[in-house]
Amino acid sequence: MTGILDALAQLRLGSRMLTGPAQLAAFGSDALTAFHQRPLAVVLVESTEEVVAVVRACHQQGVPFVARGSGTSLSGGSLPVEGGVLIALNRLNRVLRVDPAARTAVVQPGVINLQVSQTAAPHNLAYAPDPSSQAVCSIGGNVAFNSGGAHCLRHGMTSNHVLGVKAVLPDGELVELGGASTEPNGPDWVGMFCGSEGLFGIAVEVTLRLVPIAESTRTSLAVYGSLQDAGDAVAAIVRAGLLPVAMEIMDALAIEAAEASVKPNYPKGAALLIVELEGERDVVVAEAVKLDALLRKSGATQTTSTEDPGARALIWKGRKSAFSAVGWLAPDYIVQDGVVPRTRLGEALAEIGRMSVETGVRVANVFHAGDGNLHPLILFDGRQPGAVERAERLAGDILKLCVSLGGSITGEHGVGVEKREYLSLMFSADDLGLMRRVRRAVDPKELANRGKMLEPAEMAA
Amino acid sequence: MSTTAACIEHAQELIRRRDGADRVLPVAGATKPALSRAGDGVMAVDVSELRGIVEYDPGELTVTARAATPVAEVADVLAEHGQYLPFDPPLVEAGATLGGVVAAATSGPNAFRHGGVRDFVIGVRLIDGTARLVSGGGKVVKNAAGFDLPKLMVGSRGRLGVITQLSFKVFPRPSATVTHRYGLGLDGALETIARLCRGPITLDAVDIEPGGHLVIRLGGDVDLLGARSARLEAEVGAAAEVLGGSVDRDYWTDVAGFSWVPGGQAVVRAPVPAHLVPRVDAVLEAAGALVRYSLAGNVAWIAWPPARPTEVLAAALAGLGLTGVALTGPPLPGPIGAQPGGAFGERVRSAFDPFDRFAQD
Repeated sequence: MTGILDALAQLRLGSRMLTGPAQLAAFGSDALTAFHQRPLAVVLVESTEEVVAVVRACHQQGVPFVARGSGTSLSGGSLPVEGGVLIALNRLNRVLRVDPAARTAVVQPGVINLQVSQTAAPHNLAYAPDPSSQAVCSIGGNVAFNSGGAHCLRHGMTSNHVLGVKAVLPDGELVELGGASTEPNGPDWVGMFCGSEGLFGIAVEVTLRLVPIAESTRTSLAVYGSLQDAGDAVAAIVRAGLLPVAMEIMDALAIEAAEASVKPNYPKGAALLIVELEGERDVVVAEAVKLDALLRKSGATQTTSTEDPGARALIWKGRKSAFSAVGWLAPDYIVQDGVVPRTRLGEALAEIGRMSVETGVRVANVFHAGDGNLHPLILFDGRQPGAVERAERLAGDILKLCVSLGGSITGEHGVGVEKREYLSLMFSADDLGLMRRVRRAVDPKELANRGKMLEPAEMAA
Repeated sequence: MSTTAACIEHAQELIRRRDGADRVLPVAGATKPALSRAGDGVMAVDVSELRGIVEYDPGELTVTARAATPVAEVADVLAEHGQYLPFDPPLVEAGATLGGVVAAATSGPNAFRHGGVRDFVIGVRLIDGTARLVSGGGKVVKNAAGFDLPKLMVGSRGRLGVITQLSFKVFPRPSATVTHRYGLGLDGALETIARLCRGPITLDAVDIEPGGHLVIRLGGDVDLLGARSARLEAEVGAAAEVLGGSVDRDYWTDVAGFSWVPGGQAVVRAPVPAHLVPRVDAVLEAAGALVRYSLAGNVAWIAWPPARPTEVLAAALAGLGLTGVALTGPPLPGPIGAQPGGAFGERVRSAFDPFDRFAQD
């Protein structure tokens, strides 16, 4: 192990190489705090050349490495490997250029998601993917985990907005994938790189597609007597041919949590549906009339809508703070990220409710209803004997439910370390065999983000 | 050499055996003959039998079909429910199949509004080079589990596997459309595009015809279309030739069928960073090509005369740092210029096709 430390020391990173126990402890977890590992060293890189040099050193010494940006992964995506090197990318945080005419931006991986939109705003452009953590999460992690957000319904996920990637492969080789065109010749290497959970190496430059800021954005709230009714309303909106940019549902418990923390003044009810329309002003006005009629017809007891930026921001603040807000309801929680076909939302929610009652484990529901992407927040008190195990069992059962309904174990958080054992619910041995072959072809020593998504070789044997 | 696969198991068997050929190339609709022509030592495996819609629920906004299902068949079923494939593949009337569209990465002009093939393919089933049937992605619109094999297949041209089934997101289809043509010249068109594409009007298609006419299509609610059309004209600041109703529909059907390409000429697709369009245009015009730009200048559709050696075009594209893929016309070498992917691409390819059973460039 001293071999890699000596090799890293030769890079003369000075105070940007951390090896002290207290320094390392700060990097031991990401947003999935139940997991903790101590890396051998943390390096704070400041250039592509340094990333290449560190990865080469790791490759020569056979030492695993993990790239980390803001550490907001909810699946343990940037959990260090014990005895490995953690490469912190936060200082690679420059927006290298914005091309307003082509509507693209080239950024480094440590750039914060929201910063891209802020930089593009003077050109009336924005970066569409908006994870709830957008004020802190970084683009490198967004790319590695193909992050989503509330506006995927129309805009898609991160990979739909990444046109090019300059990446350091796990042996230190630098490659350029894709380019500045929205329609590259294939194979779509960029699409394959996105969402690969760091297993193919480290993105050091990312070309992003920007979208025009809509002339008009209108956010509607509708209150329902049950989650099922709210879920059915979503299906009715889709059937009617409307294509909102976002459709979100929160249940009573999630509403309570949001009110306790950021006080968005949501109307009270068993379920709250948030629908956002955007586009040309006249189009949004016409669609809002249709939407309101659909909401009332689907049993909404109360509806309001607003174009006011301040009021809209408050609505979204409540929604986006939901994960952290449940801290007001219970000392600990697990957030899940399963997906079901949107026509089976009502069924899935009813079953989750039944499972919650049966196990006595409270579940708050807040989710991207338009995409069928559930975020059940499983509440528990880790100090009580058996509570963690009960919560984890319920979390697993919810994932099994999602897959049995024809969905996925993860919509946007990724598999990480957390859902690795559930990947086989979705994929056959042959499917996973191909994924492992790809992983080993790109990284024979399995050094890059070892243990995420796929089991390491020694465990899979 | 060509063999028809009667079913998936037969296709697997053919990939395993190769029947004396060195390599195999999957083909179906053959609407892009430059890509479906089997070269020396290559056996074409015709998978046309693998067709039919497997699953479609309009409320779900997704569709799953076998790979050789004609796009037209899917489009018709979707249209009955007011939905469409927003990536607008070309050559639909000629018989293009879903698998061919994915393998050739052919998104059409109307992909401008919502995105291309890569943005709408969500699931794939394919036979890899070990002859195993494998799946990637899924049937739900949002899915981050496992490597994104569906996207990887976009533009894979049969080099990584034989696609047998695909799942797509679909969207509500605009109920009415209208098209404007503006005679602004190439520079005027590019300047207008740079401005218009930053809002406020939602545009369905933004093309530049050979000769520099800017063509813009609007889609949406019929009641609002007149006012939006007037607003577009005001934003452009020039008088439009307005194509409505069946004229609008026929115009885009003709574009999708490459009727603007002179008879016998090859069609080559080249992705272009929008800022390079003026240089690309000057170089290709000098080389004797007709060019139509789609997706606001992000892709060049090049008509190449058969009398001119393709090496001239390859050199012109390479000189601009571009790549191109020939689709139609007389047989040409598949790709022109290097495909981006480098060491990453080669390693991924070796995992999909460890025994080198699939056709290569």
